[in-house]
Amino acid sequence: MKLFSKKNTKFRIAEGNLIVIVIVLMVILSFATKNFFTVNNLRNLVRQTSVNGIIALGMTFVIISGGIDLSVGSVVGVASIVVAKLLVAGMGVFPAIIIALLVCVLLGTLNGLIIHYGKVPPFIATLGMMQAARGIVMLLSNARMVAGLPKVFTGFAQLVFLGFPSLFFVWFLVILVTFVLTTKTIFGRNIFAYGSNIEAARLSGINTAKVTVSVYAMSGLLSGIAGILMTSRLANGIPTAGQGYEMDAIASAVVGGASLSGGSGTVIGTVLGALLISLIQNGGNLLGINSFILQIIVGVLIVASVWYDQIRKTKKN
Amino acid sequence: METRPFLELKGISKQFPGVKALDNVDLTVYPGEVHALVGENGAGKSTIIKIIMGVYQEDEGTITLNGEQVTIPNVIEADRLDLAAVYQDLTLAADLSIGENFFMGQFPRKKNGMIDWNHVYSKTAETLKALNVDVDPRLRITELSPAMQEMVAIAKTVHKKSKLVIFDEPTALLSNEEVEILFEIIKKLKASGISVIYISHRLEEIFTVSDRVTVLKDGQHVKTLPVKETNEDQLISYMVGRSLTDMYNIEHYPKGEELLRVEDLNRGKALKNISFSVKRGEIFGLFGLVGSGRTEVVRAIYGADSIESGTVYFKGKKEVINHPSKAISLGIGLLPEDRKHQGLALTQSINHNINLASYKAISKFNFVLEKRERQRSVEYVNQLKVKTPSIHQLVGNLSGGNQQKVIIAKWLCCESKLFIFDEPTVGIDVGAKQEIYKLIEQLTKEGHAVILISSYLPEIMGLADRIGVLHEGSMPNIVEREAFSEETLLRYASGL
Repeated sequence: MKLFSKKNTKFRIAEGNLIVIVIVLMVILSFATKNFFTVNNLRNLVRQTSVNGIIALGMTFVIISGGIDLSVGSVVGVASIVVAKLLVAGMGVFPAIIIALLVCVLLGTLNGLIIHYGKVPPFIATLGMMQAARGIVMLLSNARMVAGLPKVFTGFAQLVFLGFPSLFFVWFLVILVTFVLTTKTIFGRNIFAYGSNIEAARLSGINTAKVTVSVYAMSGLLSGIAGILMTSRLANGIPTAGQGYEMDAIASAVVGGASLSGGSGTVIGTVLGALLISLIQNGGNLLGINSFILQIIVGVLIVASVWYDQIRKTKKN
Repeated sequence: METRPFLELKGISKQFPGVKALDNVDLTVYPGEVHALVGENGAGKSTIIKIIMGVYQEDEGTITLNGEQVTIPNVIEADRLDLAAVYQDLTLAADLSIGENFFMGQFPRKKNGMIDWNHVYSKTAETLKALNVDVDPRLRITELSPAMQEMVAIAKTVHKKSKLVIFDEPTALLSNEEVEILFEIIKKLKASGISVIYISHRLEEIFTVSDRVTVLKDGQHVKTLPVKETNEDQLISYMVGRSLTDMYNIEHYPKGEELLRVEDLNRGKALKNISFSVKRGEIFGLFGLVGSGRTEVVRAIYGADSIESGTVYFKGKKEVINHPSKAISLGIGLLPEDRKHQGLALTQSINHNINLASYKAISKFNFVLEKRERQRSVEYVNQLKVKTPSIHQLVGNLSGGNQQKVIIAKWLCCESKLFIFDEPTVGIDVGAKQEIYKLIEQLTKEGHAVILISSYLPEIMGLADRIGVLHEGSMPNIVEREAFSEETLLRYASGL
């Protein structure tokens, strides 16, 4: 029975197109450059993408709910400095990571509380958090790098399992969990309903406070994880870590088909969006294209993908 | 009417992907004529209007204005040709004043180049006064009631000296008094030679206000005739291809035990000592003018708004309902007045919307059992006859009647016992209306209780067993079915 058909088993058009673009780009780069299709470069690409990819998935939750989180970059910085300070002070790796992540979740929760109870628009609330959190980082670190991290911690990012860098596995795990959360759980259903129409969601008995706080806390947590991975990779606590990352995260989600008006967005789309942006940067570098020109290309890509989406929608009507 | 027609559409066709919205349709409107356009949803009324207003372009056919063939490629051109429309979704700039809206794009200037505000507001006040619309032209649109916003939108078309004004469901938001004012305005337009196209689902209005009526069905022209030569039954049979005799005539079933009792609900000026009760199998009507507090009463019971004092008993037990989730868990479902902004997640699927309030029942450890989710959707889509190719269709793409059914399905999924219908048939076509009435009847037959809010007297008098009449937030009168009369209800509603 057609009525009963399973949910759009065929890929959504945006995602299908993205997969094609990503693959075509990879093929072109493999032939056009000597170094693209080498183990080292691919591992490097994956390490780079993992950090932005994880933040972008947190951002996807926020965007589906109709909000935006500008504070993710600063939260990355917080994670980096907090975990580094704790480690240098002699704390064990495991508790140091847990504490750093808790701090990040707390900052995200604070965003959610301010947005829900204070009725402050997400843009403003998280803009404030972006400034304040970066300020905290600078105060804690005196704006200096925190060096001397234990080998156990810095070695993690260099580990390779089954040919893949360790960061990839963390990213993959995050992809799995967020995919299940968005598509299989009540929580996921509620975020989409909330992002589509908050009043209808409330009148349908959905606890809107819980949804708001959860998505921003989730964004904080994932930014924290990204920050810790980055710190491990760079082997230092860096006060400017994550600066500007909010824009990459938003771009990944939007290129992946998430709409800033809320109610739409997918984990797979965001993953592909993040991959595409990294590919352009990585491939461009290898091809010797001026990095400022790459910046222009990424800018055009962001606008063009949304434009294309709009044309598609208008045609459908 | 042997004069030259102002507007003449000939052989208009319009194809959308998968559907022929208009098929060789003719429409002729004379100067000073009020021409009604009727038909079920999907009959092609909106498409024809959008073609006249330049929103869509016809695939075939010609448009003639004052004997001259024209093309209307966009809204700006329609405006230049003095064509105006008052839509259901009003198109005023909400944060600007009435005067600014009137003069938008053509502000008068003083010698020094600054805007001549005195002229703007005095001229606006003049226009409003001439139409008996009593409002300060300096007020911003957001400060006006929805009904007043509509009056202002109409006055704007007069201000712009439009030669053709299209009214799309103009009375949906208006109280009876305001409808009177609207009809006066239309008479004035008519007297000054302006052509009017009038669309309404309320057929009796058409007989009051219009000269001729054109019936559309499935994108085709069925009939154009003077209203004097027809009647409601005949029009309905043209519209739906069958005759509907007395559609409010539903079965009333014996009442069971008391389900809901409300005692002395209070909140500021909005609610004053509201008390009433509803039994199983009963339809309790809430009537009152716009702004009298009908919606506030049900929102308070539902936990959507807070109350200052008062007690609610459900199934004989005292309950504190401070959030909709509490109401839902007790078995109360609300179909809000504004289904697009409050009832539905428009950008989500039918499947999602139907299950929205009851995922707990079809999940394990918070994981949704997707097969049951789809089973339920299909079951209710079939049972309520929601017209859709798939349960994954976005709700925003459905017609009003089908959207309403999706909300009803949502509450059926929650096994609700008390259904609150707030203006359930606004903007819904005759066929879908009748289906909604049948559903309400079915609910009471199964022993559920219904609270029905409606501004439309024939509807509420036809369906309700008792009617509570609100006036300025209080409800001193509850009328029994035997004592229903339009006069009584209107008198109570006006506080007399």
